[in-house]
Formats: sequence, structure tokens, C-alpha cells
Amino acid sequence: MSEHREAPSFFGRVGILLAKEVTLEWRTRARLNALVFFALATLLLFSFALGPDTTLLRQNAGGYLWLAILFSSVLSLGESFRVEQENACIDGMKTAPAGARAIFLAKATVNCLLLLTLALVLVPVLLALYGATCVLGVPKLFAVLGLGCLAISAPGTLYAAIASYARARDVLLPLLLFPLLIPALVAAAKATSLIFQGDPMGQFNSWVEFLGAFNLVYWGLGLVLFPWVIED
Amino acid sequence: MGTKTRWGLGVLAVGLLASGSWLGLVHAPPDREMGDVQRIMYVHVPAVWMMLIAFTLNFSCAVAYMLTSRITLDAWSEAAAEVGVVFCGLGTVLGSIWGRPTWGVWWTWDPRLTTVFVLFVMYSGNLALRRFVENPERRAVLFNVSNILTGAGIPLIWFSVKYFNSIHQVQSSPKTVDSAMVLPLRWNAFAFLAAFLFFLFSRYRIARATQSLQLAVPEAL
Repeated sequence: MSEHREAPSFFGRVGILLAKEVTLEWRTRARLNALVFFALATLLLFSFALGPDTTLLRQNAGGYLWLAILFSSVLSLGESFRVEQENACIDGMKTAPAGARAIFLAKATVNCLLLLTLALVLVPVLLALYGATCVLGVPKLFAVLGLGCLAISAPGTLYAAIASYARARDVLLPLLLFPLLIPALVAAAKATSLIFQGDPMGQFNSWVEFLGAFNLVYWGLGLVLFPWVIED
Repeated sequence: MGTKTRWGLGVLAVGLLASGSWLGLVHAPPDREMGDVQRIMYVHVPAVWMMLIAFTLNFSCAVAYMLTSRITLDAWSEAAAEVGVVFCGLGTVLGSIWGRPTWGVWWTWDPRLTTVFVLFVMYSGNLALRRFVENPERRAVLFNVSNILTGAGIPLIWFSVKYFNSIHQVQSSPKTVDSAMVLPLRWNAFAFLAAFLFFLFSRYRIARATQSLQLAVPEAL
């Protein structure tokens, strides 16, 4: 006779789904590899497009870093729901007693972890290629990277789910996501530039607070709206 | 709304716009500093006001649709988004034409301009989404979720670009302009409102007709 097991709590279910997502990613590592090489190519392209002016590259390093992450995020986000549409896996997930909000939290967290890993690979390359230095220190850089990746992943996951139900999803995702992410891009790029160049006017905290507010709004909206997006 | 009332609104809009143009171009005095160039305010400002009304209506209808799933609200939401994009584009182009002689450039990265341009791209994206989803009910849900995300982003876009240097003057309203200029501004605002309502009701009618065609049970069943 099988032993009776209590249904896991909400965060227990998120943990199970998170483990599933991480296992899936770890077994192939295809998405992360593609992301890293795409982002590296983007960083190289910026330096070729602007020419070998190291002062200009160093000044704009924060912006280039976030553009590389943003462009790469589209590949990652689109893929996170494409794999679920294959063989109708998304229907299996909806049938399982996990709950749509747990699916959203797991998907958005994995997307955020992937982007954060990408950012951690890109930063040393950026410092070497553009000759930038962390004037404000590494902990502040980690904080901005974390908040920026969170800010991309919540609306990104929601829009990836929306685009997965549409034709031409690869065109729609950046079309819908990029304008929405402008505030997060501005704040993350400004905060990162301040880390690289110093903050004599004391602006760093206000940009970080702005990123925090952006995250609150879109993680909240994601949790509220995601069930409508995936439920029939 | 009946066809006669709707077309009545259209005729009223044309009449008000014609007389409003005379008031703005002939009756109102030229601006002390900008001269005749300032007369573009009588169409630029009402266009932007109509955009704000349209996007507010779109956000309200999107939230109401998510709460009630009434398909008519989706039609209102679509109509408001499309008419809002038209007035948004019109306001941007008119502002750009006004900017060239007064600021010396067609475009500047001013917070208000940037926000309006981003809104134009965002709502155009939302309307594009509608064209790529076949199922009408699914389309309504995805479109309105996207509208809510866009509406919630407006204050964030505004604050994020606010720190850029602004050269845009204080918003024009009947309180901030000379009394001789108030009449043409008010008149044109009502003219644009009549045009806005005519476009909105016409677009709503088309949206409802499309819905009833797509949601109708095929005759073979």
C-alpha cells in the first residue's frame, strides 16, 4: 500500500518545477552556450561598429553590457516556451496540480538565473575588451546585475508565453518586450555606468530603487496575469 | 449608437474642425515670441489630449475585460488602442513640425517626446499581436493582458526618461495660455473630441462585426 503524501506547498511546487527546468537546461546546456556566444559576438560587434576608440567604449560599457544581455534574452525567453509547446508539454504542466502561478515563478526564475550566469561571463570579458574598471566595487555590480536580470525575466516570461500562442512568435517577442523594457534598460545601464565611472553626484541609489520598483510592478503583474495567459 | 448619430458626430467633427481652423489661423493673435508657428498648438495639443483619453479608455477596458470576459469590452479596447495610436502618431508628427522652427531640430530626446514615441511603438506592437492570433477568445485575452502591461509601464517610462534634459515647454492648457488663444484651443479640443468619438464608434462597430463573424457557428453545424 502506497504511503499517503501531503500535497507540496506553493513554494514546494515552485521548487519541483524549478528543479525540472534546471535539469532540462543542465542536460543539454544548449541554451546557455548559444546565449554566451551570441552575447560575446554582440559585444565584439559594438566595438567594431564604433571603432577602436577605447575612451568611447569605456564610457558606454554599461549600455553595451545591457544591450548584449537584452538581445540575448530574447533567444532564451522564446526558447523557454517553445520547448513546452513541442509535444504539448504545456498541457501536461497545466494538467499537473502545480498551478499557473508556480509555473510562472519557476520559468521566470530560471530565465533570470540564465541571464545572470550570462552576465557573470560577460563582465570579465567586457572589463578586458573595453578597459573598464569597477570603481564602486563588485558587490554593487552584482546587485545591479541581479536586479536588471530580474527586471528582464518577469515581463519577458509573460511575453514569451503570450508570443508562444501567436504566429511569428520570434518577431512578436522583441516587438512587444523591448519597448516595455526601456525603463529597466535605462536604469540598469545608468547604474552600471556609475559603477564603472564613479558616482560623484550620488545618483546610484535612485537608479537601483527605480529598478526595484520596476521589478515589484512586473513580478506582481506577472503573478496576477499569467494564469489568464496559459489557461484555456 | 445608431448610424445616424455616428455620422452626425462625423459631420459635427468636420464642421468644428473647419471653424476651429479659421479661429486658430485667423482669429487668434500670433504668439509674441514664436509668431505664427505657435498656431500649430491648436491641433497639436488636442491630438495629444485625445491620445491620453484613448489610452486611458483602453487600459480601463482591458482591466474590465479581464474581470468580466465580456467580448464587447475587447472590441472597445481594440477600438480605443487603434484610435489612440492614430492620435499618438498625429501628435508626434505635429510636435515634430512645431519643434523644427522653435527648437531647431525635428526630434529631441525630451521625456515627453520619448514617452509618446515609446507608447506609439508599444500600442502598435499590441495591435500587431492581434493579427497573429487566430482564436478570437485567446486573442482577446492576450491583447488585453498586453494592454495592461503597457498601461502599467507608462509611469515607469515617464520617470526613467525624466532625468534627461528637457526643453519642452510647460503643457498648454486654457490656464497657461492667453485668453485670446483659449477659444481656438477649446474649440479645437471639442472638434478633436467629436472626431475621436466618430473614429471610436466606427472602429468599435467594425470590431463587433468582425467578432460576430468569427464567433458565429458555421452553418454546417
